[in-house]
Amino acid sequence: MNGGADLGGMMGFGAVVEEENEPNFHAQWEARVLGLTIALGACGKWNIDQSRFARESMQPADYMKSSYYEIWLYGVTNLLKEHGMVNDEELASGTASLPPVSIKKTLRPEDVNTTLMAGGPANREEQYPAGFSLGQQVRTINNHPKSHTRLPRYARDKIGVISKVYGVHVFPDSSGQGLGEAPTWLYQVSFMASTLWGDEKPTQDSVTLDLWQPYLKANT
Amino acid sequence: MLMHSHDDDDHSHMTDIEARVRALESLLSEKGYIDSAAVDNIVQTYEKKIGPQNGAQVVAKAWTDEAYNAWLREDATAAIHSLGYTSRQGEHMVAVFNSTDTHHLIVCTLCSCYPWSVLGLPPTWYKSPPYRSRAVIEPRAVLAEFGLEIPTSKKIEVHDSTAEIRYLVIPERPKNTDSLGESELAQLVTRNSMIGTAVIDPVEPAS
Repeated sequence: MNGGADLGGMMGFGAVVEEENEPNFHAQWEARVLGLTIALGACGKWNIDQSRFARESMQPADYMKSSYYEIWLYGVTNLLKEHGMVNDEELASGTASLPPVSIKKTLRPEDVNTTLMAGGPANREEQYPAGFSLGQQVRTINNHPKSHTRLPRYARDKIGVISKVYGVHVFPDSSGQGLGEAPTWLYQVSFMASTLWGDEKPTQDSVTLDLWQPYLKANT
Repeated sequence: MLMHSHDDDDHSHMTDIEARVRALESLLSEKGYIDSAAVDNIVQTYEKKIGPQNGAQVVAKAWTDEAYNAWLREDATAAIHSLGYTSRQGEHMVAVFNSTDTHHLIVCTLCSCYPWSVLGLPPTWYKSPPYRSRAVIEPRAVLAEFGLEIPTSKKIEVHDSTAEIRYLVIPERPKNTDSLGESELAQLVTRNSMIGTAVIDPVEPAS
């Protein structure tokens, strides 16, 4: 979606400000939001792409002025509501008024280490040969879906070169809508800075993006 | 002290968001969706166990062990996992090597993808609009704000982490470090040098 999260190339946000000796969390609630969000993954009600879509669906003006963990809290709260796991009344009171819905499992403390260490690999079996090869010139598509996509606006309808062939990965445009993994080939595509940002950019500089086959067409 | 272990009922000092998060955790716990002790363990893992010290070990090994260096170039996922640095947001890794010709810089313009398994949780600046918006369009200006002037003779390659591939920059080994062992070298490696917003300061020659 063309939402507040698609920030590449926007202007006016000012300088990058680094905080010295920054802690992981600036308040306890931030740590709890991180932990809750990860723990809720075990319930099996949504995947990482749906999680990202929930966050990027925040109203753009709100997204841009919210902190990272405020955005996470917004995303996870909406997912919980969408899946009927909690309602507004319960969120306000902090007390259950409806019985819980069925979930895959509750993450137990003794399983945290194993779960975190295992992660969630996104690669899948190769069912068909790759459509593009190393060094091939491609052009990205110019779609503007309202649903989740990982092709940022700044890299649409641009010519680049396949710089790595990664194998087959879960396709977020499908997975983000809960329509299944639809695994497809993933590539690293290199774009000249001047292709993306205009002729005045240094010609030697480049930007790479990791893009799935449905985002690409052969540039013949 | 962790939030759920507070026993006092005086919430008057809490901000609105603290109160909301506390109510949420309490509700999720009551409904059996989460176990607060598991949430504690997750937080502690990122506070204590997983951080840039992991990535620094990878870099130091890449500097000192030719076979490991070659493996990292060929299959960074396997090479990094072999050191025990598996875990989420590090399932698929690529190592990019800074050189005299090329400087690499990592960003995620669409969210905040970051190699947690080797660098821990991302700093606020990495997750914030100024960096996410500008790293792709004016990397040289962003690097200058970090005190890095990259000569135009050197190519800058920015990697926008749009998929589940996570990037780790292998900075150049500073001069005058031939006598240092792997663990001493690891001490020199900063988090920002593995994102690409810093290089490693030269070491003063031994007198």
